[in-house]
Amino acid sequence: MASSDTSPAAQDSHLNKVSGLCETSSQKTKRTLYQKIWESHLVHQEQGAPAILYIDRHLIHEVTSPQAFQGIRERGLTIRRPDKTFGTVDHSIPTTDRSLPIEDAAAASQIQTFEANCNAFDIEFFGVNSNKQGIVHVIAPEQGLTLPGMTIVCGDSHTSTHGAFGALAFGIGTSEIEHVFATQCLLQSPSKTMNVVVEGKLSPMVTAKDIILAIIAKIGMDGGTGYVIEYSGSAIRSLSMEGRMTLCNMSIEAGARAGMVAPDEITINYLRDKPFAPKGPHFDRLSKTWLALATDAGAVFDQTVVLDGETIEPMVTYGTNPGMAIGISETIPNADQFSSADEKAEFKNALAYMQLKENQPIKNTPIDVVFIGSCTNARIEDMREAASIARLGNVSAAVRALVVPGSYLVKDQAEEEGLHQVFIEAGFEWREPGCSMCIAMNGDRIDSGQACASTSNRNFKGRQGIGGRTFLLSPAMAAAAALHGKLVDVREMALM
Amino acid sequence: MTTQKKISVLTSAAIPLNLNNIDTDQIIPARFLKGTTKTGLGEKLFYDLRYTHSGEPVEGFVLNQPRYQRYQKKNYSSDFPQILVSGHNFGCGSSREHAPWALRDYGIQVILAISFADIFKNNALKNQLLPIALPESVIFDLLSAIEESPDLKITVDLPNQSVQISALSSLDTQTPNASTQFLTQSFTIDPFRKKCLLDGLDDIQYTLTHNDKILAYENSLIKL
Ligand code: SF4
Repeated sequence: MASSDTSPAAQDSHLNKVSGLCETSSQKTKRTLYQKIWESHLVHQEQGAPAILYIDRHLIHEVTSPQAFQGIRERGLTIRRPDKTFGTVDHSIPTTDRSLPIEDAAAASQIQTFEANCNAFDIEFFGVNSNKQGIVHVIAPEQGLTLPGMTIVCGDSHTSTHGAFGALAFGIGTSEIEHVFATQCLLQSPSKTMNVVVEGKLSPMVTAKDIILAIIAKIGMDGGTGYVIEYSGSAIRSLSMEGRMTLCNMSIEAGARAGMVAPDEITINYLRDKPFAPKGPHFDRLSKTWLALATDAGAVFDQTVVLDGETIEPMVTYGTNPGMAIGISETIPNADQFSSADEKAEFKNALAYMQLKENQPIKNTPIDVVFIGSCTNARIEDMREAASIARLGNVSAAVRALVVPGSYLVKDQAEEEGLHQVFIEAGFEWREPGCSMCIAMNGDRIDSGQACASTSNRNFKGRQGIGGRTFLLSPAMAAAAALHGKLVDVREMALM
Repeated sequence: MTTQKKISVLTSAAIPLNLNNIDTDQIIPARFLKGTTKTGLGEKLFYDLRYTHSGEPVEGFVLNQPRYQRYQKKNYSSDFPQILVSGHNFGCGSSREHAPWALRDYGIQVILAISFADIFKNNALKNQLLPIALPESVIFDLLSAIEESPDLKITVDLPNQSVQISALSSLDTQTPNASTQFLTQSFTIDPFRKKCLLDGLDDIQYTLTHNDKILAYENSLIKL
């Protein structure tokens, strides 16, 4: 079946269960959003075994699924609920003219295998030629495939993105993909819960990306290991759905299993009229149960972390993991600020790789490449934010700058608003949707030694190309870096 | 894939990978993920740590020591080290199961580290690759002991949940006949995962034994 795209998939609802449970147990137990979803999806649990948890939505893409399809065939099984499974191609797909054949034979074969597998098992997918294709974590929300209260999995760690809707969403490995194919369930043990509270009004030009980088800088890249994070507080509530997705997206960069934001009116307004979302009275009824998912007042978290939203400034990473981030006005730390010999060594190693020096301002660091894209920051708001800066000037002669929208829906919307013209006139390349330079699998990559200001989520050594140096930042900050050929404080630009 | 033998008790030398935050991009870079099978990934294990941009072996990277070279040396001998020792937060980053596949393909059966990232740990356990978290001090001692004496043997005993390091047998060559002294360190593992590893039990088979419950659950969902 190719993507028919029009018929909404049959929606099952656990939500009546959820709210039912709320009424009967609210006196006894105050529960978190996570616990409510967990309990309403518990199929069975034997003594001494993990829980069997039901999965509402299974998203798949070309890189992590082929071996799972193969496994299902070898077992002589079939896919239990193709109606709850949706696919797209994003990781290895070129972001250049789609009418041309894919040059990389391995990528072409992977994509072909994927589409053949989806067809063979009757799974709806948004393929190379679909006008709804895009990065899996961008398309599922914009299609209304991601709904509050759902359990959502995908063979990709940034599945945490979908938690922005108050869903329990997390990345799984290929063996688990096969498990969901066969059973529509997963074996899971409960996670600990962490409440990350960000209060206050954000300063102008401070975005969700800056909040999440500030959180990871605070708790560290393994600070969330073993936890599901719920983000709360007035600074979080004020974020749009796009912002909440950026936030939850990078929960995995703090090591967390998932990140979530409780559904509210912003969530409901976003979902109304999305193609696969329920419609009419169903929608209204469901949206009431969605609101009831919010963590009960007085529910207890295993850990709480508080940040002052008002003091967060535009952030940028200086090192080789996402926890190594500072405000744009700050100076790079020095080794004495780290306690263990181990951390000192790691810090020095990162600085050597990044060609940076201790105690230097991060501002004015020269940049060779700018990448605006990825499942973190390639939604329509990100395009608007970057364009608002791009229109202030031209890409520096020394810089190659790419804008890669997250999906065709984003691309079409941006073009309708004329944003592509803004980018093109300023000297940015305007590409077709895909993961692109976030993971550098498709030929879009930076050269060894080059410095890239990137709106993606991982600054690991070589992530964007062997020997490449990545600086993670927001779309506005990335666009500002493109115009100046160096890292600048976008707040100063906006004033100019 | 190398032998899919089950882990029970394993005695082997270990490869010391003295680094923290080894992410799955380092274990197997993304550009090697375009295959559609699980095989042959060991050759690309830690590729960008092992080779420079121009393809020269990186001097000083541990896997480039002759004793730890598997593919270049065609070293498939049974005493090739099957244990890897590393630092904090091993396996962070992407969820790619290609990471445990690559490690298994290289011959690794056990990873001893200070801590593991969540998804990696899950993926490893499903591929007969045993991730064992040990206290920082034990890992540090172990790394320096291996440095001094690379033949040092480690016994991982899954049924008894212990790791034994033969401290004296190889460190103290003066008294080769002294009865071997061991440092014994216990470790924890989820009992269900332990049973799966020891019995070769498969998650899908397990869940399907509860198919009636899944059906009942599906029937209880209210159709819109
Ligand atoms: S955009 Fe990057 S992080 Fe997101 S799914 Fe694609 S490769 Fe993964």
